[in-house]
Amino acid sequence: MLSTRNVNKAFGSLVVANDVSLDIPRGARHALIGPNGAGKTTLINLITGMLAPDSGAILLGGEDLTPLASEARVRRGLARTFQVNALFPRLTALESVTLAVLERDGDASKWWRGLPAFRAAADEAHAILDSLAVPAQKETRELAYGQQRLLEIALALATRPRILLLDEPAAGVPKDESRELFRAIERLSSELTLLFIEHDMEVVFRFASIIHVMVGGRILVSGPPAEIGRDARVREVYLGRTQRAAA
Amino acid sequence: MASASAFFAGQVRWHAAEVAFWLATLLPFVAAPSYLSLASQIAITALFALSLDLILGYGGLVSLGHAAYFGVGAYTAGLLSKHWLGEPLTGLAISALVAGVVGYLSSHVIVRFRHLALIMLTLGFGLLLFEAANSTSAITGGADGLQGVEISPLLGFKFDLYGRTAYAYSLAVLFLCFLACRRVIHSPLGLALRGIRENAQRMPAIGASSRAHLRKAYTIAAVMAGIAGALLTQTTSTVSLETLSFGRSADVLVILILGGAGRLYGGILGAILYMVARDQFSGVNPQYWYFWIGLLLVAVVMFLPNGVLGGASALYKKRQ
Repeated sequence: MLSTRNVNKAFGSLVVANDVSLDIPRGARHALIGPNGAGKTTLINLITGMLAPDSGAILLGGEDLTPLASEARVRRGLARTFQVNALFPRLTALESVTLAVLERDGDASKWWRGLPAFRAAADEAHAILDSLAVPAQKETRELAYGQQRLLEIALALATRPRILLLDEPAAGVPKDESRELFRAIERLSSELTLLFIEHDMEVVFRFASIIHVMVGGRILVSGPPAEIGRDARVREVYLGRTQRAAA
Repeated sequence: MASASAFFAGQVRWHAAEVAFWLATLLPFVAAPSYLSLASQIAITALFALSLDLILGYGGLVSLGHAAYFGVGAYTAGLLSKHWLGEPLTGLAISALVAGVVGYLSSHVIVRFRHLALIMLTLGFGLLLFEAANSTSAITGGADGLQGVEISPLLGFKFDLYGRTAYAYSLAVLFLCFLACRRVIHSPLGLALRGIRENAQRMPAIGASSRAHLRKAYTIAAVMAGIAGALLTQTTSTVSLETLSFGRSADVLVILILGGAGRLYGGILGAILYMVARDQFSGVNPQYWYFWIGLLLVAVVMFLPNGVLGGASALYKKRQ
């Protein structure tokens, strides 16, 4: 179970996380929604250790992760993807994912043995890329945008996460490709706990078991999709806006 | 999944051009025996550039103070031969060790910084060591250089005036260090270094401790720079303050950029180009030869941003 306990964060007078408490049970698929600037990505940054909270705690299976650096949290099974591609442009997809596997296995600092000796890592990386249909031997910068989004997920999967935080996995991907991408996410192990940020409400309502609505750094309301869909406050601050925008 | 392993095995395989290159390094013995001293200087500079390539070309750490480790190696070899033993191989090993220890200690500070702060830090560290050596003239000889360096024959071969032993020695050490460097580049650490160079911010998100990787690479680079410095001392029987100077740090950076950083052979090719150009230009115009080096650097950076080797590789890919 991943939990945040009364997490607070402010940049000067701008409060970006206000007393945020969440519980995500093992294997659950939760969505985090809210208007731009609500603090969704900030919350993911706080959970993964890319930002330190001013107060509060991040817990994973009862262990307090708050004092740990990002890389230590990854080693405990907490992986993420980025809203804007954060990849290794001149590494091939295979090299990138192999590197993540080697890091996970504690082999990445070895310098006296050549990479061909780490066959199992390379094979595992290849299998992950195959499962997501990402061309393995192309340099990342040569991959199509949608493939780069999938490589983001492949990198996270290579760390063998227990919890995967997906920050707008389909950002910038055309609608039909976005469906394809979510189908790939759907095929991931049911053991894997997911927290994802997404703006496509159709995807959110189909895919999430619990939706957390965030506004101004606070969790406004949490609940199953049907309940969230009926909530008047949510309709006003979020769905109402999108509906008005659509109209 | 043969293709995954085959991909990495393909990267490690020796190319015909590489074999041809290393065979060609033997040519000066027969084709240009009067240039063996220059060839030996080139081999030493190439080794120094190779060591910088490991941290800059692969790890993305820009340094303007890499001469610090070259100088530490040079002075260690000089002081050892003056006060204790002149046997070159032991001297080389001890110099490598001392430079490695200095590199390891300084790496703890250096890997915490990037960009301009890193450049200033390495520059400052280089200047500190330079002035420390300058002010302790009772030990280092100060601005006059270290006198009384006497090197014993290498495995029975005297260091002759023609530079035959010097070149054979420098070339053999360069080749062995190159093999070590090639292994590092094609190891998991080498891949991690390229990852750091490509996107240091992303590395923690795959569970990587970039600083630990960089510290290791920095120490290996310092060892190699120290070996290069010790070779210079042993093949010339002198140590000057210049081995620690900012000029040497800047030169090796220029050499690497000329040849092409992050390409293993870039530093070696850059050293050949730079040293031959310097030899020729200083013959034509002893006072202003740096003008031509400057022109060469501007031309390469403008037209071949990835260095001569990068340009050649792009041309080769285009033709294919």
